[in-house]
Amino acid sequence: MSSDESGVKAILHAPESSAGVLAAMKAVMLRDLKSSFRQPQDLLNPLLFFVLVIMLFPLGVSPEVAFLQKAGGGILWVAALLSVLLSLDHLFRHDFDDGTLEQMVLQPQPLFLLVLAKSMAHWVLTGLPLVLLTPLLAVMVHLEGNSIGVLCLTLLIGTPVLSLIGAIGAALTLGLRSAGVLLSLMIIPLYIPVLIFGTGTVMAAAEGAPVTGQLALMGAFLVLAMTLAPFASAAALRISLSNG
Amino acid sequence: MAFDSFDAFLAMGGHGPYVWACYIVFFALSLVLIQWSRMQRRFVLQRLAVRQAGANTAGRNIESNGKASADFARVDSLND
Amino acid sequence: MWQFFHKLGSPKWFYDIASRLMPWLLWSGVALFMAGVIWGLAFAPPDYLQGNSYRIIFIHVPSAFLAQSVYIMMAVAATVTLVWRMKLADVFVKSAAPVGAVLTFLALFTGAVWGKPTWGTWWIWDARLTSMLILLFLYFGAIALGSAISDEKSSARAVAVLVLVGVVNIPIIKYSVEWWNTLHQPATFKLTEKPSMPADMWVPLLLAVLGLYLLFGWLACLRMQTEILVREGRTRWVRELVKPGGNP
Repeated sequence: MSSDESGVKAILHAPESSAGVLAAMKAVMLRDLKSSFRQPQDLLNPLLFFVLVIMLFPLGVSPEVAFLQKAGGGILWVAALLSVLLSLDHLFRHDFDDGTLEQMVLQPQPLFLLVLAKSMAHWVLTGLPLVLLTPLLAVMVHLEGNSIGVLCLTLLIGTPVLSLIGAIGAALTLGLRSAGVLLSLMIIPLYIPVLIFGTGTVMAAAEGAPVTGQLALMGAFLVLAMTLAPFASAAALRISLSNG
Repeated sequence: MAFDSFDAFLAMGGHGPYVWACYIVFFALSLVLIQWSRMQRRFVLQRLAVRQAGANTAGRNIESNGKASADFARVDSLND
Repeated sequence: MWQFFHKLGSPKWFYDIASRLMPWLLWSGVALFMAGVIWGLAFAPPDYLQGNSYRIIFIHVPSAFLAQSVYIMMAVAATVTLVWRMKLADVFVKSAAPVGAVLTFLALFTGAVWGKPTWGTWWIWDARLTSMLILLFLYFGAIALGSAISDEKSSARAVAVLVLVGVVNIPIIKYSVEWWNTLHQPATFKLTEKPSMPADMWVPLLLAVLGLYLLFGWLACLRMQTEILVREGRTRWVRELVKPGGNP
């Protein structure tokens, strides 16, 4: 029995108690994590894109230390944002194509929790590797030690928010032609607050100012996204599935 | 009047180009939007009238021929 | 009172009401708006600090107010679409979105051009203009998503979800941009009226704002009528309407 089928079976046979909800979420997450190995490009492409985009800035603008130190936090954040945006396409598409998504919608477990599980799996596969790669790239843009730590922290808190909000867009554009451009157009305005606070925190850290306030605010964004975004994504999934 | 002469009104104390550019663009774009909306409505009405006239004549032709045929053009729905 | 809501579910009823309302909306809107604009352009006194360039306010502020109000109206309509599945609510969203986008663009354009004599630069990343720019993209997203989905019902509900997600984000976006702006702009320049505007200035401004709201009402009715005709083209009442001799 392939891991795919066992994951689907786990979802289908999860009992209807509240323990079943957690079991279902775990099943969904594990399934996504395991199936990512079958599509390694989904894992690698965002990472490569991240590195390449960051590389463009010293080449295209200026390799001077002063410039990179000032702009580095922002460059890494923008690159991370774009990489997550790029990876949103496969969040629902594989399940949509093989019919698993329709099964998920029909489950007794609340859809928004299953969507939350998928978003978290997406973050583990996309955002988390970016965060792990960040110290290396931060050194390449000459960021200082203190800034690097804060940058990693802001990305750690911020990238799950990007996955959660991005899931709304991915659900709304499921099955549409030119979904990629439409997705970017719809989601980037919603990403802007996270970007502003992420980079603002890094800049404050570079100047030596305290950052606990900003980090707490970013944490608030994360909590807000975790509680609200899955509802919107679930509603969007139902709409997209009823469409075609 | 806040201005001594029409020339002063146009000049706006040196800020003329900015003020008038704004007003001209505002009115031009608004008129384009309004005209486009009106033309859209007119076009839809025309198209509906043409389609209906076509359906009417089709119905009449079939009757005069006396041949039996299915009329797919009209859907009689009493949606109010 | 509930009868009103029942009637509102009927496109035909709205079409008739709109036909009767439109002349009033149009002429009262034109009168108020032109009164405000002409008063503001020619009769209001010049500003103490900005001289005559401030006169752009009489079209900038109405555009900006309406750009934001229209989005909020769309959000209310989106809620109605999702909760009560009322067709007319989606008709409003589809009709109003392009108008809102144009108004946002005009607010941006007039705001930017106003910035040149005031700050010496064509574009400035201040909190207000930047928030307006993001609003423009929220509109574009709603328009693009609406036209990308071919099924009418799904399109209505998808756009409704997007508009609601957008409206929840608007206060967050505004707050973030304000905060970002204080980081990057040591001098905070306020673009609009100081709280104590002389009556010679705020009365024409109020007239212009009210007039533009009425004109929006007229244009929304017009565009909603077009959308209703397209959707209900096969019904009997529309066919009666477009007959030669009918009065569309």
